[in-house]
Parts: sequence; structure tokens; C-alpha cells
Amino acid sequence: MIKVNALSKKFGDFTAVDGISFDVAAGEIFAFLGPNGAGKSTTIKILTTLLQPTSGEVLINGQDPVHHPDLVRRSFGIVFQDPSTDDDLTAWENMDLHGILYDVPDSSRHARIEELLKLVDLYDRKDSPVKEFSGGMKRRLEIARGFLHHPKIIFLDEPTLGLDPQTRNHMWTYLRELNKTEGTTIFFTTHYMEEADRAAQRIAVIDHGKIIATGTSDELKRQTGKESLEDAFLALTGHAIREDAAQNTFHAAMRRR
Amino acid sequence: MKKIYIFWLRQIKKYLRVKARIAGSLFQPILYMIAMGYGLGSVFQQAGQGNYIEFLVPGIIGMNIIFSSMFSGMEVIWDRQFGFLKETLVAPMPRFNIMLGRTLGTATICATQGLVVLLLATLIGFRMENWLMIVPAYLVMFVISMLFTSLSTMIGSILKDMQGFQAVMNFLIMPLFLLSGAMFPLDNLPKFLSVLTSVDPLSYGIDAMRAVLINQSHFSLGLDSAVLVALSLVFLFLGGHYFKKIQI
Repeated sequence: MIKVNALSKKFGDFTAVDGISFDVAAGEIFAFLGPNGAGKSTTIKILTTLLQPTSGEVLINGQDPVHHPDLVRRSFGIVFQDPSTDDDLTAWENMDLHGILYDVPDSSRHARIEELLKLVDLYDRKDSPVKEFSGGMKRRLEIARGFLHHPKIIFLDEPTLGLDPQTRNHMWTYLRELNKTEGTTIFFTTHYMEEADRAAQRIAVIDHGKIIATGTSDELKRQTGKESLEDAFLALTGHAIREDAAQNTFHAAMRRR
Repeated sequence: MKKIYIFWLRQIKKYLRVKARIAGSLFQPILYMIAMGYGLGSVFQQAGQGNYIEFLVPGIIGMNIIFSSMFSGMEVIWDRQFGFLKETLVAPMPRFNIMLGRTLGTATICATQGLVVLLLATLIGFRMENWLMIVPAYLVMFVISMLFTSLSTMIGSILKDMQGFQAVMNFLIMPLFLLSGAMFPLDNLPKFLSVLTSVDPLSYGIDAMRAVLINQSHFSLGLDSAVLVALSLVFLFLGGHYFKKIQI
């Protein structure tokens, strides 16, 4: 469903993503882990047509995001790291606007919106402006919105950041449900290792722009001889806090602006 | 088509939901019409130029339109900072159409505001010679709004921070307004001033409104319309171009 081959992205002389390759199978739940500034968000932006790669090949549902961005855009849904709803519009209006942008036909759109809003427990708040929502409610709305157009893949960039365990748990219940009933491939990043351990069928670890390990959680634990995924992750990426890496992404972000 | 419409509708809904903004946008033109119209009216009449309120109202409508439409590009920066822009940039549609929908929506708002100012002006002494002329007047207002909304969207797509945007806008709006002949007739000006007024796009907008509403014009309605339509298209395409280039 996702094929990445020797993908690189440079910002000036800083290499954010350095020749990475990986595959994600259809229907798989795939975690993309790495310390801050490792290249996770840059990779997601390339996969979702928001950034152009410097070199390498990407196929999303068989299509190349550089040459056929609109075909690729139809095939995925995305929940960004920060909110991306229109706070002045209601939950329903945000959903409806998305449905129209993605050509969900009038005949099925309203039923689909109702179904998804009920799934994420927001149907009774459908006519409230999103600015009245808490962070967790906004995130649930964005998840519902991401699935609205029946995407083949859903990208989730730290979807549970700053959410309480209750909300996090509920979110994964919806996500697993949709993964099972609609066969949607799930590609997510997170800093919560036990979340990756529990949810992901396969994991890739990226650091300094390179993929340093891939496999199931158990394979990564065995490979590093550690008990938990967190320890395995630290064994792979080291204990040092990524100040220079964070600095680099900061500069890269500034350059991007 | 429907996708352009939904962006148009979004602008309208967002505008109508902030009542304070509607009231605020109408207060300034009323103040100008009363203070300037009655304050300078007798001087204007003594100079043999006729009724100042009649002359001033198209200028005040132009002022109202340029202020509203030039600040509308702020919404691009706003959407970028609050994240909604990302949602639209990954949508499977040409980015030009997103920009077009937004611009049409804002231009509809600005032109309608101009129309409301015109109706309010009739309450303080502006006489419409022919009420049917409201239709071409609204069209002129709409084209002026398209022109400056597109320009503003272009600048909002290039700049990233609100302070910078505000600084650029203050730098642009005042000269565009003051040199447009909104307050004074364009005939018999000193040479240098008449050069400046004739490169100001708003001059043609206000002149076109005067031609339609009070049957006075400095250039000619034909030249006015040609300049306005041509510049609107130029800025629409430039705005679309820079909007397409936005990277998050």
C-alpha cells in the first residue's frame, strides 16, 4: 500500500531524510518511531504530497505523489500533529466541507458523517462550533474526518499527543474498529512506546534521517535483547537528548518558512 | 464547481458569525460620510463643485471596500497558524480553485458591505437618480473587491506572520486610498499628483462608481472597467500562483 525506496529530503545542506526505504502492506497497522527531529514529520509530509522529495521513489496505493498528487490525495486521510479544523464552523460543517472536497456523493455523505460522528461520540455535539471543543474532542473529530472519504490509508502524526489515557484508549478502539471493518491501512507516529507496542503490527525506527530497524515489536525486543519496546528503542537510538537534532529541525523549519 | 462554492460559503458563514465585525465595518464609513460630507460640504459647494455628499459617497464606498478586502489576506495567515490551511492543501482539487473560492467569497462580502454603505448613504442625503443603477454599481463594487482581495491573498500567501502583513497593508492602504480621488475631484490637479492618482487602481474603481451613480467621470466608464477587469485578472492569477506555492 505504501512503498518507499531510497527517499531523501534535504533542506539546504541539512539532510532531514537520508535514503530511507520501507513497505507497508494493505490493512497493516504500522508505527513509525523516532526521536524528535529524526525525520518522521518530513517523511509524512512527503508521503502526503505536502513536500517534494529531493530524490527517491514513493508509491501510495500504486500512485506517485509527485506526479499524481490528486490521485494520491484521494487515497489517504490524515490527522496532523496540530489541529487542522476550522474553529468557526461546527463539527458537522467541518465534516461536510471535507466530504465535498473529496467528492463524497450527496446521497451517502450525510449518512457517512452521522455514522462517523456517532462512532467518535460527537454526534450530540454536531452543531457546536469547534472552538468550543476540548483538545481531545477536536482530535476525535479529525479522526472521523480523516475516514470520511473511505481512504485506503490513514496517516496519524502523533494522534494521541497530550490526550488523557481514557481518550487515547477510546481512539484506538475506533481506529482498530475502522481498520477491521473498512480494511484501512494505518500509518502512525507516536512517542508513547507502549502505544506502539500495543497497536502496531510492524514498526520502523528512524533516527538522523535513516531507518535503523524494522520489524514487529517482539523482533525489535529480541534484536536488542530488551524486555520492553521503550528499552529497545533507547538501545537503538541512544540516551542522548537530541539538542543538535532539534536545532537542525528548527533551522530546517525556519528555512521552510 | 461545488468545491469552489463550499469555499465561497465558508467565507460568508464565517463573516456572518462575527456580528461585531459587521457593525465595525459599517461604523467607519458612516462617520466619514457625516463628518466629511457635512464638514466640507459648504466649502465644496462654494468652490462651485456641487453637492459634496453626492461626490463623496462613491469615495467612501471605495474606502470601505479597500479596507475590508486588503485585510482579508490575513485569513490565509490565520488559517496557516490555526492549521485549517493544511486540511485544504491536501484536498484533491487544484489549489487555484481553493484560492478562487475564498476570493469570490470575500469579494461578495466586501461588495455587499459597499452596497449597504450606499443604502445607508441614502438616509443621510444621498439621492439615487435611478435606482436601477444599483445593479451596475454592485458589479463595479464586486470587481474592485476581487482586485484588492486577490492582491491581499497574494501578499498573505507570501508573508507568514500577522505583524508583517499588517505593516505591509498599512503601507499600501493609505496611499491607495488617499491618492484615489475618494475625497477630491481628479480634475485640475498638479501634474505630479495627477500622475500618482492615475497609477492608483482604486481611482478607476471610484471613478466607475461615480460614473454609474452620479453620472460624473474623470476617465470614462469604458477605461475604468477595462483597467479594473484587467487588473483583477492579473492579481487573481498572481494570487493563485503564490497560493499554490505555499508550503507548510
